[in-house]
This record gives sequence, C-alpha cells and structure tokens, in this order.
Amino acid sequence: MLQAHQGDWVQIYQVILPIGERAPQVPAETAGVPLEMWVKGFLVEMQAQVGADVTIRSLAGRLLGGKLVAVKPHYEVNYGHPQPELLTIGVELRAILEGNGNV
Amino acid sequence: MSNTSYQAVIARKPEIIKKATNIDYAAFESGGIGFDYERMMSQAAYSLDKICEIQRETGVGNTPLLELKNITALARQLAGPGKGARIFIKDEACNPSGSFKARRASVSVYHAKQHGYKGVVAATSGNFGAAIASQAAMRGLKSIIVQEVFDSRGIGQPEILEKARACEAYGAEVIQLTVGPELFYTFLLVLEQTGYFNASLYSPFSVCGIETLGTEIGKQVLLATGRKPDAVVVTHAGGGNVTGTARGLQRVDCGSTKIIAASVDLKGLHMASDIDFNRKSFTTGHTGFGMPFATSPDRADVPRNAARSLRYMDRYVTITQGEVFYVTEMLAMLEGLERGPAGNTSLTAAFAMAQQMGRDEVIVVQETEYTGAGKHPSPQLTFAKQNGIEVRRGNPVENVPGKAIVIPEHPRQIHVKDIDLDKVRQSYLRNVVGVAAREFCPQDIEFLAAETKLDPAIVEKKISEIQAKL
Repeated sequence: MLQAHQGDWVQIYQVILPIGERAPQVPAETAGVPLEMWVKGFLVEMQAQVGADVTIRSLAGRLLGGKLVAVKPHYEVNYGHPQPELLTIGVELRAILEGNGNV
Repeated sequence: MSNTSYQAVIARKPEIIKKATNIDYAAFESGGIGFDYERMMSQAAYSLDKICEIQRETGVGNTPLLELKNITALARQLAGPGKGARIFIKDEACNPSGSFKARRASVSVYHAKQHGYKGVVAATSGNFGAAIASQAAMRGLKSIIVQEVFDSRGIGQPEILEKARACEAYGAEVIQLTVGPELFYTFLLVLEQTGYFNASLYSPFSVCGIETLGTEIGKQVLLATGRKPDAVVVTHAGGGNVTGTARGLQRVDCGSTKIIAASVDLKGLHMASDIDFNRKSFTTGHTGFGMPFATSPDRADVPRNAARSLRYMDRYVTITQGEVFYVTEMLAMLEGLERGPAGNTSLTAAFAMAQQMGRDEVIVVQETEYTGAGKHPSPQLTFAKQNGIEVRRGNPVENVPGKAIVIPEHPRQIHVKDIDLDKVRQSYLRNVVGVAAREFCPQDIEFLAAETKLDPAIVEKKISEIQAKL
C-alpha cells in the first residue's frame, strides 16, 4: 500500500544522528551507520504517498514529523519454525522422570 | 528553540533529569564519593505499607508461589543421596502487564500522577515498557517508550518487537531506534519536549516497588513449608531485581536467605555493536548488563542509582542460552507452565543449584514472565539460525555467545558457573578510583564497604593497591 489518507495508521522514519555525529564511545561498526528512528501514529495530512515527508499524531497525542515508510504496518513477530532441537526435550525428560530414561 | 545537537542535549542532562525525576538527589550527597543510600531509599520513595496500597489499587503483586514438584523430582533423581532442594517459583506473569516490572512501574506512575505530570517516559526495550504503559493506562496518564530495536539493516530483535506491540496495545507511543547508547539522547529530548516524568528503572520508586516481591516470597515460603527460603535466585541485569527482592526479604526477617544473582553468559558480545546486537537470543538478564551495572551502578539515567546489586548478592552465577532454552521446555512440559525467558534464566540456575542443597531446603525462583510471539524459544532459535548462529544439541560447555547455541542432551549437563565476586568487587573499586577526583574520606570508605560487603580496612587496603598501580 503506497497511499495513505488522513487518520490512517502509518509509520514514519527519521535519521536522528547521521554518520559523523554519533556518540564518541560507540564501536566502529556502529559509528559507521546512522542512528535511525521509526514511530507509528495517525496521518495528519489529507493524503500522502510513501516516501513523502508527513506529520503523524502518536498514541500519546504528540505531533511528529518524518518520512512516510509504511501504511497500516503489520506486526512481524511470530512463533518461527518448529525447532527439532527442542521438540523432543519434553518426551526425554518425562522418560527420565518416569524411570525409563537414561539417568 | 533550544539546540538539539547530541552534545548540547547531553550537556543539559542534569537540568532535564532533575525536572523529570522529581527527586532532589543533592540532598543525599555528602560531597564525596559516597552518598546516603539508605536515607535516599527511605525518604525519596514511599513506605512499604503505602507501596502495598499503591500496588493493590492497580492489581499488582500478590502473585502465586508455585511448587515445581516435577522439576524438583527430576533434580532429586540427578542429585546425590539426601540432596535436591524443593524448588518454588513466584508466578509474576500474573501481574497486569505479565511481569514483575508492574511492581516497578506502579510506584513511578502513581508518583507522576500525584505530582501533576501529564505523562511518563521510559527508556527500555523490555517488560518495563509494557508495565509503564499498562500502569499509565490505569491511572490516565500518557506514556512514551523509547526502545533500541533494530540493527542498521532494519532487522529487529523478535523479543523487542513483541515488547513494542505490547506497549502499543496499552496505548503508548513507541519510539523505535537502531542500536546505540544515543538512545539516551533521544530519551532526554523527549523528556525536555514533553515535560513528562522520567520513569527510570533506577529510581527509588522503581526499586522500592520490588520490595513487595521479597516480602511476599518470605511470607509465602514460610506458609508453604514452615521455614524461611534458604536461597532465592534472581535474574540479574540492571540490578533492581536483586536489590529490591533482597531488601524485601530483609524486611520480613529473611536476612540470612542467600541471594543468588543469575545472568545468561553473553561474554564477548559488545552491547553497543550494530553487528553483535542480533547475534544474541536474550535481550536482558544477561552479563552484558549484569556485569557493568554491578561494577558501576551509577551509569544509569538518574544521578544516583537505587539499584545497587553488589550490596545484596551472595553469589553471582551464569548459565548459557542453550541451557535456558532447554529449561524453558522443561517448565512447559513437566510443570505445564509456558513462561518467558527472564524467569527461566534463574530457574536454570536453581535447577542446577538445588541438586547441591539438602532435601529439606527451599530454593525460590523469584519471577516468571509472560511469553508469546517473538519471545518464545522457537522464534528466537529461528532468528538465531537466520543470523548465522549454529544451533545444536550437545554439551552446553561448548556454547559460544554469538556463534553457537548448544542445547543440552541431558539435564545432568546443566551447571552454573560462578563469577568470582571478589573480582567483581575489585572491578567496582577500580571504577571508583578511576573517577575519584580527590582523596577518600572515612565516610567514603564506609560507603564503599557497604557497597562491596567488605571490611572497611580491606577496602582501604585495596584502594591503596589500586592507586599504587595507577
């Protein structure tokens, strides 16, 4: 979805500290990349395309500006794939507890 | 509009923090290295009775203490004759936001409301964010959570992504950042721009809020077993959990209970590294926070940290990521409790340590936390493999943080590794001597003796030795 309308739940992006302005104590691999930020909220403008500079109203009610990067962003967390390294642990432990396993 | 450059904002830190924290820290300073910790704890926060009342108002605390009978039976099968302490767990997942962090958040949010703040801000990638957001929702305050979530590829740690979801579910604005300690800069800017309260993990409000966890454990164990807990195992990161729990136990006459701090061993991984960030499967309760906060507690977002873990820990042990994943399965499969990584870290240590204790003794795991998408072993191991980490069954001694997660083949392979507390104390004193601008006065020595649980004469001797080497 590339187009957002006023009131849509969207995500914005900003570079907070560009390369060269990072804190002196960060390791080289961190100093070599910018500090970036993402925040979600409701679009304030009538409409906007992904990539445009926009304003959002956050859940705390603040107005925040940034580049529109996602419209109705979804949560990506899930339960992953079944892990063969874990799947048999319960059976093994139950066998030990019941005296049928290798103690 | 004021200057918002990194240097300018960091330079304004004292005034921003003072306004947002509502504590006159100067009142507890003695002008030296030390400060009056006990007076700060008793005067800046609230009495235990008042904290109980605050927590009752929002449904925090009074969580069940469960005996892990099957895990105890398994430990006894592996232990020598007469060995195998009874293992109990405090089911802190029953708190409103799913973790003991509700205790910490409850007092901060209450205080913010009482003093007219319109909202609260917390810098946290963990359960504390959800706890603040939940408590703020109950008391009608706004909340803003600042998180470190992504590496520079935009890839987020699954557990932290889940925490962002939880915070938003409770109505918080969540500011998600890439890796770096400059999170603190963003945090200061938000405090300055909003005038909201700094719900610091390290304030007296936060740490006193945990004392009820210690008092409940002392009372519940006595009721269930007729004795005081012999050992309480606490997952250790920033130090608040160890500090608050131990202080609570002392309040119910359990001062002789051994306090065991436990962290996941992440030695070798740099916490501010864009590369190392997604090479770990545990986002807290690990040595990357546990060691620096034990040896330098005042590295916090308040002038004086109320969490001073070295004062309270009797032992500090580590376990590996693979062992904790294994025990997470053990808890679900043998006890029917599907819980998150934080409590399972201390449960892993308790499982090993119970086997060294007598059958009549009691060891308590002092927290559980909720689990769910992202913060469950299966998505974490999926993520680890996607990030090039080797995952296999084997002997956990072959575990290498950031390279290999070795999941035990048998419960007898689970062991704790002791961190030499004398070395931790030495490191603490080295840090103090390193920043000390002047000579140590008798008050300072007394403070350092309390900080390190050492005799004042030994503290003086150690300081002289460190100074001689400089």
